[in-house]
Amino acid sequence: MTELNTLSRRDFIAVSAAASGGMAIGFHLPGRAEASTAKGAELNAWVTIGSDDTVTIRVHRSEMGQGSSTAIPQLVAEELECDWSKVRMEFASVMRHIRENKVYVSFATGGSRAIRDSHTYLRKAGATGREMLKMAAAQSWGVPVGELKTEKGFVLHAASNRRASYGSLAEAAAKMTPPAEVKFKPDAEWTIAGKSPARFDVPEKVDGSAIYGMDVKVPGMVHAAIKQAPVFGAKLASVDEAKVKSMPGVLAVVKLPGDGAVAVVAERFWQAKTALDALPIAWNEGDNAKVQQATIVDRLKQGLVEPGAKVRHEGDFDGAFAKAAKKIEAEYFAPFLDHACMEPMNCTAHVKADGVEVWVPTQNIEGSLAAAAEAAGVTPDKVTANLTLLGGGFGRRGRQDYVTQAVHIAKAVGKPVKLIWSREEDIQHGTYRPISMGKLQAGLDEKNELTAYAHKVSGQSIFSHLLPHLVKDGWDASSMDGTYNQAYKMPNCKFDYVMRNSHVPVGFWRSVGSSQNAFITESFMDEVAHAAGKDPVEFRRNLIQHNKSWLNVLNMAAEKGDWGKPLPKGKGRGFAINACFGSITAHVVEVTVSQRGQVKVDRVVVVLDTGHAVHPDNIAAQNEGGVAYALSAMLYGEITIKDGRVEQSNFHDYESILIDQMPKVESYLSLTQGDWWGGVGEPSMAPLMAATCNAIFQVTGKRIRSLPLKHHDLKWA
Amino acid sequence: MVAIKVNGTTHQVDAAPDTPLLWVLRDNLGLTGTKYGCGIAQCGACTVHIDGNPTRACATPLSAVGTSAVLTIEGLSKDKSHAVQKAWIAEQVPQCGFCQSGQIMAAVSLLEKTPKPTDADIDAAMTNICRCGTYQRVRVAIHRAAGNKA
Ligand code: FES
Ligand code: FES
Repeated sequence: MTELNTLSRRDFIAVSAAASGGMAIGFHLPGRAEASTAKGAELNAWVTIGSDDTVTIRVHRSEMGQGSSTAIPQLVAEELECDWSKVRMEFASVMRHIRENKVYVSFATGGSRAIRDSHTYLRKAGATGREMLKMAAAQSWGVPVGELKTEKGFVLHAASNRRASYGSLAEAAAKMTPPAEVKFKPDAEWTIAGKSPARFDVPEKVDGSAIYGMDVKVPGMVHAAIKQAPVFGAKLASVDEAKVKSMPGVLAVVKLPGDGAVAVVAERFWQAKTALDALPIAWNEGDNAKVQQATIVDRLKQGLVEPGAKVRHEGDFDGAFAKAAKKIEAEYFAPFLDHACMEPMNCTAHVKADGVEVWVPTQNIEGSLAAAAEAAGVTPDKVTANLTLLGGGFGRRGRQDYVTQAVHIAKAVGKPVKLIWSREEDIQHGTYRPISMGKLQAGLDEKNELTAYAHKVSGQSIFSHLLPHLVKDGWDASSMDGTYNQAYKMPNCKFDYVMRNSHVPVGFWRSVGSSQNAFITESFMDEVAHAAGKDPVEFRRNLIQHNKSWLNVLNMAAEKGDWGKPLPKGKGRGFAINACFGSITAHVVEVTVSQRGQVKVDRVVVVLDTGHAVHPDNIAAQNEGGVAYALSAMLYGEITIKDGRVEQSNFHDYESILIDQMPKVESYLSLTQGDWWGGVGEPSMAPLMAATCNAIFQVTGKRIRSLPLKHHDLKWA
Repeated sequence: MVAIKVNGTTHQVDAAPDTPLLWVLRDNLGLTGTKYGCGIAQCGACTVHIDGNPTRACATPLSAVGTSAVLTIEGLSKDKSHAVQKAWIAEQVPQCGFCQSGQIMAAVSLLEKTPKPTDADIDAAMTNICRCGTYQRVRVAIHRAAGNKA
């Protein structure tokens, strides 16, 4: 066999529809994004049923390993009452969504929103489909609909002992008018949701056949490598194209609009990257090049003594604090963090005479479509946007910067182009978790009851860059989540925000505001409990008596986490609890700290109240993964600025834990149920940093008030 | 043209000798199961076997491969039937999955050398980064593939 260097000979990658005997993801063929692979009659935009009883359920959220491409079909199938073994999924078409008046509501896959924002319309799609199947059977048998039941893909009429498969009814059912009102089953009657079927996306991820953005192949495709201004906001001064034009495979050097980046396009990626590395580039760096880490941190510190925006003020904090028998005060710091998705940013684009096509690993394919239209200067109806699998997202892939770039480059070269960022570009051009500081004050009375509490946040605001209309009265939820809105009863309290933006771009990082504020709030709560001479769990319990859901989560965590049971010297246990993205999470963490100060996290008990749980094993997986993600950040994670640019560049200096540092994670659910549905991916990890630092305090007596941990000497005697 | 033996087949590839094997596999041979994660031998997403040894393809120039046999994730089995693949499915290991080709290739190599690995053996051999944090299931799946009680 010769190599596949004739691009036109490369097979289209259809991917895995036949991957593992039956159920698998049916990806759209590149270039034919409109072509649904579903066969049969369509009951609504979500459900198509084939004459062979195959049920295709469409998924409107991206799959980045969080499992929504299985959980979404589960919810639809539950109300449809079909046979789960006949269900397959395919990603919904964003082009159809736009044509049909937003029929899929939203493609945005962030904010732990995949289920909690969509459970009503998903179940409605299933339930109305089921009723239409019953209507079709009623009509064909001449019996009242009310006498029919459904079960595992069949409509049944007990009185006449008749049954018909969904596949045999689908065509007639598709012509029925869906009922306006449907009732949903209570969770207790679930047979598909609430269980943990094998995920659809797993089989193709064990043999290399899964197609991520980076793996897209398009006939005639060429490759691009990109260099963005190292100093944020700097502009291209000059590029000496002649130096690389004759290098092997090189096709073009493309300056991106706005002069913020330059790309080299070549036959193959390695040729593009090699030429880019050899390309002499000069930048006009501007004043941002004078900004140092200390410049930014000093401004945050100054912010802590300014009044700031009032977020929540109740009672009389100043009076109560002045009268307090004991006063506890502390300042905390949390650094910029990068997402470091395993798959570096990338996008494939083709600009043609009649429109543009993109292939994107993104958390929002609708956003990609819009970005592609804007970059190509066409109307949205001229864009075909293909969603691939995502090699991680964590909030980074909600942004579309790489899509805009790929379209501009493709436009310049007139061929399909796959743009891949190097890991260095990925780390140095993130949308970072905001740098943030907190000043906290608490007052206790003679009985060691909490009588005054204040928390001022000084830090960068995500919304002020991205969604300025969500900044109200000088503050926004993305900066303050995890502070003012927790369940603790606080008679005299104040929460304030001082916005301190820098030139460093910021964005949503898994668990967002609570990623720093849960660390700060829950570490300080531990400090206050210790000052009060009370057990940290007991102290919290007293402050949340009025909130049954919080109380249940706290109590279950204490019980499952062996709270209060003795541990040998050198080991400690810590607790933290937080609510964000609609759910409540508590962690009990056990650590070992050697006398030389080395920390090993041994065990993490996670208790989560998500209201409802669609796929419990996947929730457990998210807990495990969230613990690892938060632990990497807590131990090592920091993005620092020198001369206006990011100092870190790859996994050697932006480190992750490996398997040897992975604690044993135990997952439990404490479900309130009722009418609220919470998220999973983000809330499940929020308490980890505080719970771990609180455990370290138990062993060492050292209070960790800044991260990452690698800067602390934890020696103890 | 350089000859290279991948998954039992010899291919003629047109690539500069200093091209990392990773990009030869991905761009010249279309074998995209092997992933780019860092390019500096840090993450293991590009792990393949060269003559049976787990090797980071991003840091292995084509010229260093010579006549050695390269095995990629695509060559592990035709139908996901390798014991490690089966264990990976049974334990539902992957999340995003981007690191998993590398994790699996590293695990296969570990089990070839140490059929009944201890946790310490796993810690020593498995140095691949998983940003999704699937480590707990990776460990359980390796034990399952080994027939160990986890
Ligand atoms: S890509 Fe080779 S080790 Fe990371
Ligand atoms: S599964 Fe996503 S990086 Fe490992």
